Amino acid sequence: MIAAAFEYHRPADLKGALGVLAEYGDDARVLAGGHSLIPMMKLRMASVDHLVDLQDIAELKGIRVANGRVTIGAMTTQHEMIASTDLSKAAPIMAEAAVQIADPQVRYMGTVGGNVANGDPGNDMPGLMQCLDASFTLVGSDGTREVAARDFYQSAYVTSREDGEILTQISFAAPTGGYAYEKQKRKIGDYATAACAVQLTKAGGKVTSAAVAMTNLADTPIFSAAAGAALVGTTGDAAAVKAAVTAAVAAINPTGDNRGPAEFKRHIAGIIIGRAITRALSRA
Amino acid sequence: MGKKMQIALTVNGEAHELLAEPRELLIYVLRERLNLTGPHAGCETSHCGACTIEMNGKSVKSCTVFAAQANGATITTIEGLGSPDNLSVLQQSFREHHGLQCGYCTPGMITRAHRLLQENPDPTEEEVRFGISGNLCRCTGYQNIVKSILAAAATINGAKEAAE
Repeated sequence: MIAAAFEYHRPADLKGALGVLAEYGDDARVLAGGHSLIPMMKLRMASVDHLVDLQDIAELKGIRVANGRVTIGAMTTQHEMIASTDLSKAAPIMAEAAVQIADPQVRYMGTVGGNVANGDPGNDMPGLMQCLDASFTLVGSDGTREVAARDFYQSAYVTSREDGEILTQISFAAPTGGYAYEKQKRKIGDYATAACAVQLTKAGGKVTSAAVAMTNLADTPIFSAAAGAALVGTTGDAAAVKAAVTAAVAAINPTGDNRGPAEFKRHIAGIIIGRAITRALSRA
Repeated sequence: MGKKMQIALTVNGEAHELLAEPRELLIYVLRERLNLTGPHAGCETSHCGACTIEMNGKSVKSCTVFAAQANGATITTIEGLGSPDNLSVLQQSFREHHGLQCGYCTPGMITRAHRLLQENPDPTEEEVRFGISGNLCRCTGYQNIVKSILAAAATINGAKEAAE
């Protein structure tokens, strides 16, 4: 499997990368870790005339935790996020999710920016970003804008990023309380049959806030405000968990594929969401 | 045909310069241009790990890297880890513990295990299994591969202790 020919660009800085995008429009695509795009190019399902490799752009790398906010450069790899003690202290759910992505070799190359920007409903970070109410920074030749992860995804592979823009970083308020990322997959390296991110807080024995988001159960990640609301104000008892699961499952729209028919996925989703909420409660 | 570009690689300590199309896959640059046939093109879809090499200190599936991306990289293949006359501890351990049957996955397994032990010199069995989960073996059932890696770790750590 050999990709169609392309012209290769490796700009040294963001300005250079934006320049290539401005020059070639939708004939150009940026390359992060390449473990989604390159397979698609090899299958000739993606055709790219100008490939803009971001690997040399230092300003797109690194994890910063300051003033209660976590900022991660788009070219930071899953491996780097798992290895970061700063990140594990500030947002342990990140590493918990990242180790469940693909396999070790892919995690050395795969980046958080590629994972969120590609718009693949199978990717784990978009749902997690919605759970954390993260913000994505998009830079284009006209300037910089922020888009909330909860507003970013329109349908499979369609996001609110414009052709000339590069997603440069993600950021979110360092979460507190209990968390869990639960993922059901057929084997290591597979995408989720169902996955769920939960982050919640408790005070005085009652849930004070809860965010529930799901992966690969619709053509976009699904954030269920209703599921969170079903938990808030309760003690997190079995009835509340059941109500939250019911609300979350009502928000998904899975389609049948080689991971099973839609009914099976609804069933698995209910179990995974329930496990994620229960584990997050136990850590709160 | 696409335009060729100059690509510089340091492979197993040796500097190479070659002309390649950007779209050529690193696995074929290594195998067909540099005659390093240790890394194998197994599935060519980034699943099996037979093409695993080390690139800039990372375990990488070289079937999913374009030649152009590797320009400037420092690479180690199985050929750089040991030789028939001078097996590395991991290679010796795979031999002693029957860590291979057909041998097709072995270069990728050992190259991956090498990096794993660099990062985690004293892994548990579970950590070894998780650490090599990007490498498929269709013969051994993994038992002896895991045994080989654990034994290699013990040998390396024993030698370190003895030296202290």
